[in-house]
Amino acid sequence: MLDLSFRPNLPPLLRGGPDDVHTLVHYKHFIFGSETSQDKFNYVDIGVFFNTIFTAILVTVINLCFCYPIAFYMAKVASPSTSRLLIISLIIPFWINELLRSFALRILFAGEGVINNVLLGTGLIDTGINFIAQDVALYTGLTYAYILLMIFPLYNAIESLDSNQLEAAKDLGSSTIRTHWRIVIPHAKAGIASGCTMVFMLTAGALATPVVLSSPNTYWFTQLIYQWFNMNDNWSRGSAYSILLLTISVTFVLLMMRIFKVKIGEIIR
Amino acid sequence: MSADVELQNISVTFGNFYAAKNVNVKINEGEFFSFLGPSGCGKTTILRAISGFLDPSEGKVLIGGKDMGGIGPNKRPTSLIFQNLALFPLMSVAENIAFSLEVKGVDKIERRKRADELLELIALSGQGDKKVHELSGGQKQRVAIARALAIEPQVLLLDEPLSALDLKLRQKMRTELRAIQKSVGITFIYITHDQGEALTMSDRVAVMNEGELEQVGQSNDVYNFPQTPFVATFVGENNAFHCKVVSTEKDFVKVDFDGVHFFAKAGGDNKKNHNFKKGQEVILFIRPESIFIRDKSNKFENNFSAKLKTIEFEGNLKNIYLNLNSKMDVRFSVPNAVDTSNLSLNKEVDLTFSSSKAVVLPSGPLAVD
Repeated sequence: MLDLSFRPNLPPLLRGGPDDVHTLVHYKHFIFGSETSQDKFNYVDIGVFFNTIFTAILVTVINLCFCYPIAFYMAKVASPSTSRLLIISLIIPFWINELLRSFALRILFAGEGVINNVLLGTGLIDTGINFIAQDVALYTGLTYAYILLMIFPLYNAIESLDSNQLEAAKDLGSSTIRTHWRIVIPHAKAGIASGCTMVFMLTAGALATPVVLSSPNTYWFTQLIYQWFNMNDNWSRGSAYSILLLTISVTFVLLMMRIFKVKIGEIIR
Repeated sequence: MSADVELQNISVTFGNFYAAKNVNVKINEGEFFSFLGPSGCGKTTILRAISGFLDPSEGKVLIGGKDMGGIGPNKRPTSLIFQNLALFPLMSVAENIAFSLEVKGVDKIERRKRADELLELIALSGQGDKKVHELSGGQKQRVAIARALAIEPQVLLLDEPLSALDLKLRQKMRTELRAIQKSVGITFIYITHDQGEALTMSDRVAVMNEGELEQVGQSNDVYNFPQTPFVATFVGENNAFHCKVVSTEKDFVKVDFDGVHFFAKAGGDNKKNHNFKKGQEVILFIRPESIFIRDKSNKFENNFSAKLKTIEFEGNLKNIYLNLNSKMDVRFSVPNAVDTSNLSLNKEVDLTFSSSKAVVLPSGPLAVD
């Protein structure tokens, strides 16, 4: 695919012929747009690309904030039976296909969907909220889609912390927040990094959820790739776009690991 | 500053199970006080109730005369040293020690200064920048003590902190702990199942069994004057003769053991001897070191003979096991220096012990060993 991304899009008959040379035309297209375009840069594609990356970061952060308390509760607060029950109730929804889960969320968030009906029915709002146009549905869907990949690394990491350390910190006068900041989070750093990496990578590369839940104005970069491959039958350009997404995602993850001083070995552990 | 600790009618229940039952004791200011008992006797429960990690189901904990009900562990003037120490592995030694000061918002330079002072107290000067895992077991131990002392607690609670160390280090740490307690002058409450630790370090010892206090007193009182059969057998070694009372005479009791009559002190609590009735089932306790081979220089009121079974070499002592009758073994010990070559297997040995070293107590459960 890497090779394909550097070749022009030729009809099958010309492949391997004199025109089949290495070229940067697809990467150029991503940055400067098509030759017929009036704009200096390919604002649409670049916009979609960075929107995808930033949204993926946002989703990862939301996911972390949401999962950390759950994971901590399961690992250190709840009794073993409660924690098992929680784990099961987290896992069972994921027996259902991702696409179906996305459609289920769409039913909840639709203009005349369950949430709007309840809110309208109880008189909390006067007019329905367009969750889909405002991308609330998309963010929720993406966050929920990979929640397990965040919770389990966190749960494992926090579970391995000696509970006496929490009590020792408390005994030494530490507040709950400080105990988390100084004891739990440093201990769980590898788990946090591992969860964030997976969630970020998968969110940036998600396709089904954005297709079902994004507003008509929001495009996910994978949708572009899909289009180049399937609708425009331009595998070379699709490859080039995929490589771009992969490269940026990996670079971003490595950068974050460098900043937070996590080694790759710790993540895998 | 130091404070006294008073436990008033403390009971802790888990469902129908009493982890602690009606515990009443006052621990004095500046005292080294130990709770001694087998595992599962409720001593850790008591410690957690004092530190505030556990609310007693009934009763009150008073520290310095103040009721601690509803006050969390981070607000109590106590500091706890955990069995596994629970040092923070990701922090340096100095950061560990100064953690409680960091919590209080003391600035970095001041924190470091205080950490260095405490490192000096525990003889680890200049090791503040090391990681915890770079220290040896005994050093970790001392860091845990320094960390607990950094918040300047009025009461220091220690939950079997020496149990993970090897014998030599444990003995050394006993002396060190005692010295640290003397120099800081605060109340130490120590939990252990090791009677050696409790007896050597403590001003007073409380022996616990099945959630209840069996006896509270100074080390030598607990050892020499046990008040219950449990204390008699849990603290140190003891021979237990199941006898019947023949007669009583002031502080002494005459008992009958399979036709042999013995004289022994009547056991009791601090105030009063037990009331023994004729024919009552009792147990006579005599320690192995108080039984002697009968000869010209050793002749006491109580005499009996038994068949030699084995001689066990323990180093400083020789433990000699004898078969008294089909039911019961007797054990006595002599210093290693004593010549035992004339003792041969299955030989009848004449033994003697003083009635002032033996105690008679009403029948009750013994410590299982």
